[in-house]
Order: sequence, then C-alpha cells, then structure tokens
Amino acid sequence: MSAIALEGVRKSFGTHEVLRGIDLGLEEHEVVCLIGASGSGKSTLLRCVNLLEPLDAGRILLHGEEITRRGVDVNRIRQRIGIVFQAFNLFPHMTVLRNVTLGPRNALKLPREEAEGRALHLLERFGLADKRNDYPDRLSGGQQQRVAIVRALAMRPELMLLDEVTSALDPELVGEVLEVIRELADGGMTMLIATHEMSFARDIANRVCFLDAGRILEEGPPNEIFQHPHEPRTRQFLERIIQAGRL
Amino acid sequence: MASEGDRRPDLEVEPRRSRLLEGLRFEGEGARGVVIALASTVVFLTAVVVAVTQSPGWPEVHRVFFGWHDITSSFPEIARAFVLNVKVFLVCEVFILVFALLIAVLRSLPGPVFFPLRALAIIYADLARGVPTILVIALLGFGAPALQLSEVPTSRVFWAGVGLVLIYSGYVAEVYRAGIESVHPSQEAAARSLGLSRVQALRSVILPQAIRRVIPPLLNDFIGLQKDTALVGTLGVVEAFNQSQIDANATFTFGSYLAAAVLFVAITIPLARFTDWLIVRDRRRRQAAGVVG
Amino acid sequence: MRRAVVLAGLALALAPLAAGCGGTKKKAAPSTASSSCAASQLHLAKSSTLTIGTDNPAYPPWYGGSAGHSWKVSDPYSGKGYESAVAYALAKQLGFSRDQVVWKYVPFEIAKAPGKKPFDFDINQISYSPARAKVVDFSASYYDVAQGIVVNDGTPISKVTTIAGLKPYELGAQLGTTSYQLIKSTIKPSKQPSVFPTNAGAVQALKNKQIDGLVVDLPTAFYVTAAQVPGSKVLGQFPGEPGGEHFGLVFEKGNPLVTCVNKALATLRSNGTLKQLDHQWLAKATGAPILK
Repeated sequence: MSAIALEGVRKSFGTHEVLRGIDLGLEEHEVVCLIGASGSGKSTLLRCVNLLEPLDAGRILLHGEEITRRGVDVNRIRQRIGIVFQAFNLFPHMTVLRNVTLGPRNALKLPREEAEGRALHLLERFGLADKRNDYPDRLSGGQQQRVAIVRALAMRPELMLLDEVTSALDPELVGEVLEVIRELADGGMTMLIATHEMSFARDIANRVCFLDAGRILEEGPPNEIFQHPHEPRTRQFLERIIQAGRL
Repeated sequence: MASEGDRRPDLEVEPRRSRLLEGLRFEGEGARGVVIALASTVVFLTAVVVAVTQSPGWPEVHRVFFGWHDITSSFPEIARAFVLNVKVFLVCEVFILVFALLIAVLRSLPGPVFFPLRALAIIYADLARGVPTILVIALLGFGAPALQLSEVPTSRVFWAGVGLVLIYSGYVAEVYRAGIESVHPSQEAAARSLGLSRVQALRSVILPQAIRRVIPPLLNDFIGLQKDTALVGTLGVVEAFNQSQIDANATFTFGSYLAAAVLFVAITIPLARFTDWLIVRDRRRRQAAGVVG
Repeated sequence: MRRAVVLAGLALALAPLAAGCGGTKKKAAPSTASSSCAASQLHLAKSSTLTIGTDNPAYPPWYGGSAGHSWKVSDPYSGKGYESAVAYALAKQLGFSRDQVVWKYVPFEIAKAPGKKPFDFDINQISYSPARAKVVDFSASYYDVAQGIVVNDGTPISKVTTIAGLKPYELGAQLGTTSYQLIKSTIKPSKQPSVFPTNAGAVQALKNKQIDGLVVDLPTAFYVTAAQVPGSKVLGQFPGEPGGEHFGLVFEKGNPLVTCVNKALATLRSNGTLKQLDHQWLAKATGAPILK
C-alpha cells in the first residue's frame, strides 16, 4: 500500500487549469522530488495533498484511506501530513516554542508538558534550543525555516510536504536547511519535495518527477532524469537550470 | 534579508525613551529650530489673545463664557455627575469589544453556508453607523420601557448603554474586520495545515495579530465613545453635560460648559496621546520588521 | 535667507495684534430709552414689524388653535392661548396691527445666549431671575407662576400631601425651567432628580413610570394631565416663594424696547386685560391643593 497516492487529480483556478490529471504514488520512506518551472503546478499539488485546496476531480489516498472524500474530517487528516512553506509562515506573535507547541496542544490536545517536551527535543535535535524563547523576527531566514520544519515535525506526521523551502533564503543559509531535510530522509521520513535545488534533488530523491503545465511529463530515478531525460521539454528545462548555474 | 548577526533590538524587551510628543518634533533644526519654534508660538498666541481680548464683544463674552466663578462653582457638582459618564464609558467599552468582535468574526466567515450571517452582519454594521446615536438612545430609552413588559428594564442608563453598545459595535466591528483582513491568508493556511480548526486558527493565530494591529483605531473610537456618553443626558439622566446645562440655564452663563469640557478633555487627551504613541510604536516596529523581511 | 523668512513670519503674526490695538471699538452705548413709544419710533429687529420668538412645538394652554404656520401642536398666530393672546394684546397696545406681528422659532438655547437676538422679544414661559437678568433683559411679569407636580394616579406618590412626603421619589423637570431648582432646593429628594431637554422626553418618562413625578409650572401641569399623560393627575402646587416667581419677556441685553413694552404691560395689567386673558385661558389651572 502506498503511503500516499494521487489518482487523476485535477485543479483549476478560474479558467486556468493548474493540475491536469496527476497520478503519483509514494511508498513508505520514499523521498520524491518535484521539479519543473515556476507555475508548473508543484505548489498547488502539495497544497492539494494537504487539503488546503479542494480538488476538482480525482482522489488522494493516505495509507489507503481516501482523504478527499466528502465528509472527511480535514483537521484530523492535516494532523497526519506536515507541510512547510516557501515563506516559512511562522506565527510572528508567538515565541519559537509556542509556534512549535501550538499544533500538538490545540489540535492533538496534548498536555502542555508533553507538547513542550516534544518540542524541546526537536529544537535540540536541530540546534534551535537556545532560540526557544525568541520571536520569529529575531531569527535568520534559515533559522526560521528550520523552526517551520520542527513545527511540522512536532505533529509526528506520516508524510512531509516541502514547498520550495529554500527559495526565499540567502544562498549561504540554504545549506543548514537542506541538512535538516537530509537528516529527515536518513531517518526514513516519507517526503514529497518541490524544489529548485537540482543537485540536492539528485542527491536525496529516490525518484524525481518533472512537472510541466499541470502534468507529470517524466519521472524516474534522479540519475536517469538528470542525465538521460527522454522528453525534449525536460531537457530544455534542465539546460536552462544548468545555464543558471544551479546544477 | 538579514544575516544572523543583523538582529534588531526587541522593542518589547527594551522600550525606548518615551516619545509622547512625537508629533511635535522640530524637524532637523536642533537647538536653533527649538528657539524659532518657541518664538513663533509665543508671537502667534500673543497675537490671537490680543485680537480676541480687544474685540468689542469680549467683555460680555468673557463674563458669560469664561466667568471664573461660574466655572469653579459649578465644577464640583459636574465632576460628581461625570462619574456616571465614566462608568457608562467603562462598562460599554467592555461590551462593545466583545460584541463587535462577534460581528466581525461573523462577517469574515467564508463560504456560501454562512451567507445569511454575513449579510446580517453587513446590514447591522451599515445601520449602526448610519443612524444617529441620539435617535437610537431616545428610541430605546423611552421606547423599550413603554412596552410595559415586566421583564424589560426601565432604567434609562441601562438603555442608553445598550444604545451606545449597539452603535459603537458597528464602528468597532469594521475596525476589527480591517484587522482580520490585514492578516495574510498564509497565516491561516499555516495554522490549518497543523490540523487546527477554523475557530482554533482564528482564536490563536489570526485574532491576536489582527487585534494588535487595530489597537490605535480602536482607541480612537473609544475617544468618541467617551464624548458620546453625554447623550445619556438626553434621556433626562443627570450626567456631566446635563448638569452643566442645568447650571447654564440657572444663570444664562456658560462657564459650566467649560467646566464640563475640562472633565471630558481630561480623559480624552491622555487617551489620544496614548493612541499616538501606539501608532508611532507600531510604525517603528513595522519598519524594523521590514529590515528583517 | 532663513532669518528673512523668520522675520517675515514674525511680522505676519504681529499684524492682527496691531490691527487689534488700532481697531478697539467703544461698545455702542445703549441709547437712552426714547421718550416716544410710537410704533414708528421703536427700536425693532425688522422695521414696522414686531418679531416675537417662541419655541416649537408651542403647547397649550400657553398657545392654542391647531398646528399651523410650521408650528406643531399649537399655533402662535392663532391669538389663542395665554401667551399668544398676551403677545397680540401687547402688539395692539404698542400700535401694531395683527399682520405686523411675525412669530419666529427660537429654541431656548438661542433665547438665553448673549449677544444679538433675531427677535424683538421672546415669550416662552421663561422665569425671571437676577442672575439671568445679567445676560438678557426681562420685562416685568406677564404671569405670576406657581409650580405644580404631575403624578400617575394610583401610584404610591399619588397619596402624598406634603412636600416632605415627596422626598423618597424619583422626580423630574424640564431643562431650562426653574422647576429643577425647586426640586433641589425645596423638596431635596433622596434620589437624583432627572432633567429632560424636551417636554416630549419628560412626558414619556412619566408615562413609562421611569420617573414618579414631573414638576412643571401649574398651567403646563394641567395640560400634561389633560392631554399628554392619560391616568395622571396634578398632585398639588407648591406654595409661592417670597417675592414670587414670574415669567418675563426676554430681550437682547440693552434693548431700549423693554421700556415701552413694560409701559404697555402696565396698561394691560391696570385695565384688567391680563386678568381677563388669565381667566379665559388658564382658568382650569387653578384649584390644585397646596402642598405643605
């Protein structure tokens, strides 16, 4: 059984069809990277999986359970799927610790001590323990994004969705965030990652999917996609990336 | 974008020196600017005072409007009556804050299911802001008790308070709404993505940020409320302005109005300065936040 | 350069000061009353017209007839009701025809304010007091007034017969009347009395039993009972204070017209006109028991 499976997922905003029939499955502990130009539908795909956007057609199954059916408790589903955004989206009026414990305490109803214990353990693991009483605007971008990842992990999700998590960062801060993700992959976290970091994708992914105009045009092991792309559009995309010096 | 070493001092932890008179700064002139500003102010005020006191009607105006005896003799009784204004103000303020928040939240509910509630909230806000306060107070204060239902209170202060709460909630709900809409949708997305319900997201994430942003305009509305407590007097209840009218009518002089004005201003000016200070602090905070990005 | 600007600003600021000094005007001394009180010689707001102010609505028994000439409830132009009748009698005595009398809506707030007035005199149940007479001029009395109290029949207060008996009740008066002073100084009630900006408010509060008793001048008390609050009665009248309270016509301070009006009033009093009008319009306003 797939950890997550998308079947014929379609999504439009107005007349613009952003996802035009996506079929995709991730096995347990698998790391899949979504690559593709801006506007190809990567972010929308992730938001659909987290039920932040309702589908127009198709269905999504989480460990065999259809999460897109009518009447499903979306809050319960979201508790099982972590998502990290490009712009961090930390809560600016809360300390780092409160950011991380909000979900466990309010959604999972954990007692305060347990939620904080869990949070501190994670902050410690990712080198953020000394920041626990700081407000987000006192942190660097890299630190903020690491907190955002910890915030998602504190829910102990079955699946993590990462949406261009390094795109808003200064180049020198990208490494610390990628390091965290690598550690998660090593720990066996199932992850669906939208990224522009091709070398990182090649390094970490079990599989790479190239998204173009709302479709998965090509997918396969990283070496195959990056070295022997079949599709002309995939080649084009990768050439442009190489010219931009990002591979 | 900031590097790690590029942190700004936390304004909450290290409050800067008070800038209550922020608006009165003499831009870029230093000591010389201060001297010029002072001289110019003195000259201007002198000119105004001289022009007014030399006018042909001044002795009469002075006697009728600024009679020191009228002011001081009416002051104690007006001050006692003013206690009612302050009580009405404080009690109404609490109810307005809660009731208006409810209206604003109703109005920000998404989806077609909540259309009737949204429509109700909009109609309410329109009516509350459109109808003169004095009419609502007269209608409630004299109308509701006229129903002669034993469970309906007859207290005029109570109904005047209800009127003020209804009217001001219309304004305050709009302020709240502006605050709610100013919180970026990504904040709600982040909260919901953690599995928080809509209500939980609203309570823990959106409202705390929204309310913080609208404190200055909220206080602004309360300055208006403080003045409008005088409308309780239209129902015959003796509050500060009503008392000052009683005194004015006894002698046909208006010194008592000045006494009442002093009392109102004694509350509203500190509120206004406090509001200014909050606005300045907020602006500075935003600028600092812009540096961090 | 900057110095020049500052100096210019200084000069500008000082200009009104200089103007103020130079422009000091002597207050026009009120011309001593002209010995002639012929209509053509009178000091009037508008020539060959007698402009009389009163409030709107105009209530019985002070004004009569039905609503008209933009007045509500009663019409001052009707010549009916005590004040309207007195005003027309005065106008006739001063040599004005009925057509030369113009009524003007004057809220109490305007009548009491200092300075220029848009009327020759205002007739609106305004009580004379020495303090008020410092701001406006009053004529001699055209009505010696007693205050009365209206209550809802059958309520506890309706059994009271003494002034002391009124103490525990919630009383009200209309703003601008001397009734409020009477409550505070004569009754000294234990509850804060109410004071209403309008007659309508005072009457409604009595109807709603938001107040127990309404103190007003006696003629008005009878009107409230008869026409405004069903089931109410005049509980009694207050004994006249030494010196007596009276209504006077209100004039702009220093208006020489007051002398001629007082002469005319004296004539109306001595020839029995005032008494006759009182009898005609306010006859019902007698016979209330005096509260001890």
